[in-house]
Amino acid sequence: MTMNSLTTVPTWARLPRRHVPVLATLALLLVMYGIGVSQYRAFSNIQVIFNVFIDNGFLLVVAVGMTFVILTGGIDLSVGSVVAMTAMVSAWLLQSGLPALLVLVIALLIGPTLGFLMGCAIHFFEIQPFIVTLAGMFFARGMCTFISGASIPITDGFWTTMSQYRIGDPRGNFVSVSVLVAFAVAAVAAYVLAYTRLGRNVYAIGGNPQSALLMGLPVGRTRIAVYTISGLCSAIGGILLSFYTLSGAPLIAVGMELDVIAAVVIGGTVLTGGSGYVFGTVLGVLVLGVIQTLITFDGSLNSWWTKIVIGGLLFAFILLQRLIGIRYK
Amino acid sequence: MSDAKNRFQAMVGHRLFWPVAVLVVMLAANTLYRPGFLTIEVKDGHLYGTPIDILRLSAPLILVALGMTLVISTGGIDLSVGSVCAISGAIACLYISKAPDQNALGMVLTALAMAIGAALVLGAWNGILVSVIGIQPIIATLILMVAGRGLAQLITEGQIITINSGPYRAIGLGHFLTLPLAIFIALAAALLVAAFTRRTALGMIIESVGGNREASRLAGIRSGRVVFLVYVVSAVCAAIAGFMMTANVSSADGNSAGLWVELDAILAVVIGGTSLAGGRFFLSGTILGALIIQTLTTTVYAMNISPQTALLFKAVVVIVVCLVQAPAFRARFSRRRPGAAPPEASPQRQKEQVPA
Amino acid sequence: MTDSRPVLTMTGISKSFPGVRALHNVDFRLFPGEVHALMGENGAGKSTLIKVLTGVYGIDDGIITLGGEQVAFSGPMQAAAAGVSTVYQEVNLCPNLSVAENIFIGREPRRFGAVRWGEVRRRARQLLARLDLDIDVTAPVASYSLAVQQMIAIARAIDVQARVLILDEPTSSLDAGEVEQLFRIMRQLRDEGIAILFVTHFLDQVYGIADRITVLRNGTLVGEHPTAELPQLALVEKMIGKELDVLERIEEHPRRELAALEGGTPFVEVSDLSRKGAVAPFSLTIHAGEVVGLAGLLGSGRTEVARLLFGADRADRGQVAVGGKPTGLRTPVQAIDRGIGFCSENRRAEGIIADLSVRENMILAMQAARGWLRPIPRRRQDELVDKYIKALSIRPANPDVPVRNLSGGNQQKVLLARWLITEPRLLILDEPTRGIDIGAKAEIQKLVVQLSDGGMAVLFISAELEEVLRLSHKIAVMRDRELVAQLTNDDAVDADRVMQTIASGSQREEANQ
Repeated sequence: MTMNSLTTVPTWARLPRRHVPVLATLALLLVMYGIGVSQYRAFSNIQVIFNVFIDNGFLLVVAVGMTFVILTGGIDLSVGSVVAMTAMVSAWLLQSGLPALLVLVIALLIGPTLGFLMGCAIHFFEIQPFIVTLAGMFFARGMCTFISGASIPITDGFWTTMSQYRIGDPRGNFVSVSVLVAFAVAAVAAYVLAYTRLGRNVYAIGGNPQSALLMGLPVGRTRIAVYTISGLCSAIGGILLSFYTLSGAPLIAVGMELDVIAAVVIGGTVLTGGSGYVFGTVLGVLVLGVIQTLITFDGSLNSWWTKIVIGGLLFAFILLQRLIGIRYK
Repeated sequence: MSDAKNRFQAMVGHRLFWPVAVLVVMLAANTLYRPGFLTIEVKDGHLYGTPIDILRLSAPLILVALGMTLVISTGGIDLSVGSVCAISGAIACLYISKAPDQNALGMVLTALAMAIGAALVLGAWNGILVSVIGIQPIIATLILMVAGRGLAQLITEGQIITINSGPYRAIGLGHFLTLPLAIFIALAAALLVAAFTRRTALGMIIESVGGNREASRLAGIRSGRVVFLVYVVSAVCAAIAGFMMTANVSSADGNSAGLWVELDAILAVVIGGTSLAGGRFFLSGTILGALIIQTLTTTVYAMNISPQTALLFKAVVVIVVCLVQAPAFRARFSRRRPGAAPPEASPQRQKEQVPA
Repeated sequence: MTDSRPVLTMTGISKSFPGVRALHNVDFRLFPGEVHALMGENGAGKSTLIKVLTGVYGIDDGIITLGGEQVAFSGPMQAAAAGVSTVYQEVNLCPNLSVAENIFIGREPRRFGAVRWGEVRRRARQLLARLDLDIDVTAPVASYSLAVQQMIAIARAIDVQARVLILDEPTSSLDAGEVEQLFRIMRQLRDEGIAILFVTHFLDQVYGIADRITVLRNGTLVGEHPTAELPQLALVEKMIGKELDVLERIEEHPRRELAALEGGTPFVEVSDLSRKGAVAPFSLTIHAGEVVGLAGLLGSGRTEVARLLFGADRADRGQVAVGGKPTGLRTPVQAIDRGIGFCSENRRAEGIIADLSVRENMILAMQAARGWLRPIPRRRQDELVDKYIKALSIRPANPDVPVRNLSGGNQQKVLLARWLITEPRLLILDEPTRGIDIGAKAEIQKLVVQLSDGGMAVLFISAELEEVLRLSHKIAVMRDRELVAQLTNDDAVDADRVMQTIASGSQREEANQ
């Protein structure tokens, strides 16, 4: 038997399969946008799209971090609480009179530190990511109310500037600073995943952690890194959220981890790890954003339909992943 | 002397030792902080006191955690129980609120039957996704976790449905033989589940499926049916817990009823010694776990700390219990002693190897 | 043939796990430009030796030197960086990544920290061309067969500037042509001066390629010999020691005549059963009290036949009659119901439930057949479990120990007990003696003889021809997923004859007219 005859699947039939989920998400997004435009005249306004980005910039950043974690086959339940904690700490430190820059640095350090610790617990003590990040979620949410039971407003000049600064074209359409930050984070993440050893190790671990270990890849370091990255993204998300709301509130972003996971899955990343793209996650976040916009435009639908539709989409996309058989394990 | 030492080691190695120790320490700390903590008094023929409160308030969690134990034992997880609590509570309260006489026992029973019927459907949905379509449990139930909240709000139309029904309130606040009825309901459910699994071969079959699904199939077990069954059981347990939660406050709020109960339940199961990887399950451990969580919450309330900050303590307890139970963590410490365990074997397993 | 200075020495290596002394004072040396076979039965310590060498485990005692300097690797990565690369028995690649990436991951060519994908692909093509492997390097590894994956793993290993290449049973999933291809590469690498440590179970391969042989037994060194000075029989004796005669004794058991068994209705009669991609249509009859051996190389379709007969996989076409009545065998439940039992070759993944106790593992199949509503009473459990622990001399004789704590041979016996308790009329044993110690092996062989004497039909699958010949009344030979011949096991049949059939496949003989 020659080696050639062992190649059973023809090249042309094999390549696109990994891309099917992302393409499906793109198609869905276009269809939903088409529905919006055909149903509501105001929907075709370009600012509607910009607003989707403005409203969901922080979600995108957090979802990008979650993509790293899910690609390794893990999960991070702590993201929503870390977002809230970051916003809360920023508001509190600003209130106590620290300079904005210092506050920014401190706030951006807390998330990754927690992520690093969670990663260590997962790697060194072999406790399931689900449980460790659940504890992280409790911890971060507890810290929020420990700092203050009530919402703390932010009046700092830097924050208000960031909140109100509009980057736009002459016709009056604009995006906020958050959108640029979000896109920068997504671009960096996409680059890291595609072109760096860290990124490729992330995929390898998601594909088969035992093999990755025996191939000599730094499994432990990578695993700790992804939770740290997720923590950093949550921290950036928290800062963006505090730009957006100009306050730190102890109960903000409750349940956000579900939206984030949903966005990542709808974006085509396989929850067992090893397959998915940051671009898909961007699309997934946009799908969630457009759903919300559609439901807002349609006055007769209530907010709970958002959850039901997201649930339905999750179902559809997971079924799709099953049908095209993206399961390497 | 060495005999005593062995006995001590055997005790420490017992899977219930650490949960019990944690519970005892918490109760002791409470009593030190507030000497009246353990006092129970009789009022109007009913027993009152913090321990009774802990038991009563932990009843819904125990119920949810019982179902969760079976699901986790098959190697699955059920994230949707909180949503199922909310949906079942909402259906029951909606039906009662529409009734002409909210105190009619028959009507309340009909309401409960309807809600349990809905829970059966939801459990079957989860079961089909996992056992027939073969979606990983964490994702399959995530769908209902997200969509189910929406469904609950759809049922209540975003409002909080308030009812005034004696029989329904009794589920949460009623008394029986001087003790809160909720305790008996949870106890009955626990005994029922225990009898169901340990008096029949179901428990072993669940553990077998969770331990090795393919090997179980080849031994002639219809794994699919077992997996389907545990999700249905879990949904029904959640539904009954949903009744208790809504009955406690005589109202149904689709948004907040049963919020995060899935996490507490998973915690209770893990604290009780059942591995998230599936296999062996321990109902008694689960109940202890639920009691620990509720004691912790009550303690924090009693210390006048806000309920959200209680999460801080919960995080600490979770980490401590999980660390203590993690084989890798135990190994790290026992390695310092001569003749220590290999990294992959827990002290418990080592002990069992002795007869070899 | 070799330099006078070894590239690698291991001196006085000891390694213990709780309750097990895996290695005791083992010496090993490897010279540049040699293929050195490491031989030993399962459990002899070969895997442990490789793992302590590559730093997967630490050593309790001893010294390892590489190129004259003492080393202690912290893991495979560090070992590979120092020039010690390993290809493992189970292919260890990431199925989701492309071929090229699997070869280079962890050491991709980079510019300013960015992976140069074009360069990765180009070099991967080059490397695979050296191995005569023409495949799409951008396709995910999962889309290729195990054999190709094995080659990719070797490509990965030799790309590192390897001084020592460890091949841990690399041939177990390869066919003859692929093995030859691998050997050609091994010779090429040897001539380039690389030291190759080769672990295999196939004696022919050892004599085909190895320059020198080191034999381990029970964690101790038995000896190191140039291949030319060690005849096959002597090697086998060194590997299994004096226990060889345990096996000889079974031979004396008189085998009943096939003709006597094959009167009347066969218990199972299969005609033209097939499953696409698994096994071509085959027909087979098995009578009560008959041991049917299934011989053939690994991957020839032996296991697939067994799985179809047990309903573990569904057949696309063909008929099955059990006890003369046509029936379907679409699920294990149906097969068990018709009196068929099946011990899978994959004991850990498809056999034992590691968490459960010996008792529970034993009664599992019977309990499954009864349904969960009718638990087996405790006293009946005790009777059954005690009976089989005694009958099969399972150690430890404690039914409440988790089965994971038992040795491979004892786990196999527990699985046998699981099926014997259901009192099957046909027992399918897929490689029941693989990976277990010699004593247990002999006991299981004896048991098969006893069972067939008692009227049970047995389908016995084994890679070891000797074993099949010793036990079977009839031998069905598989080749390339096809049942090519059925031989009556009489005096005319010996290992050579069966091997010829496996090799040629043309010599069809119908034994059961």
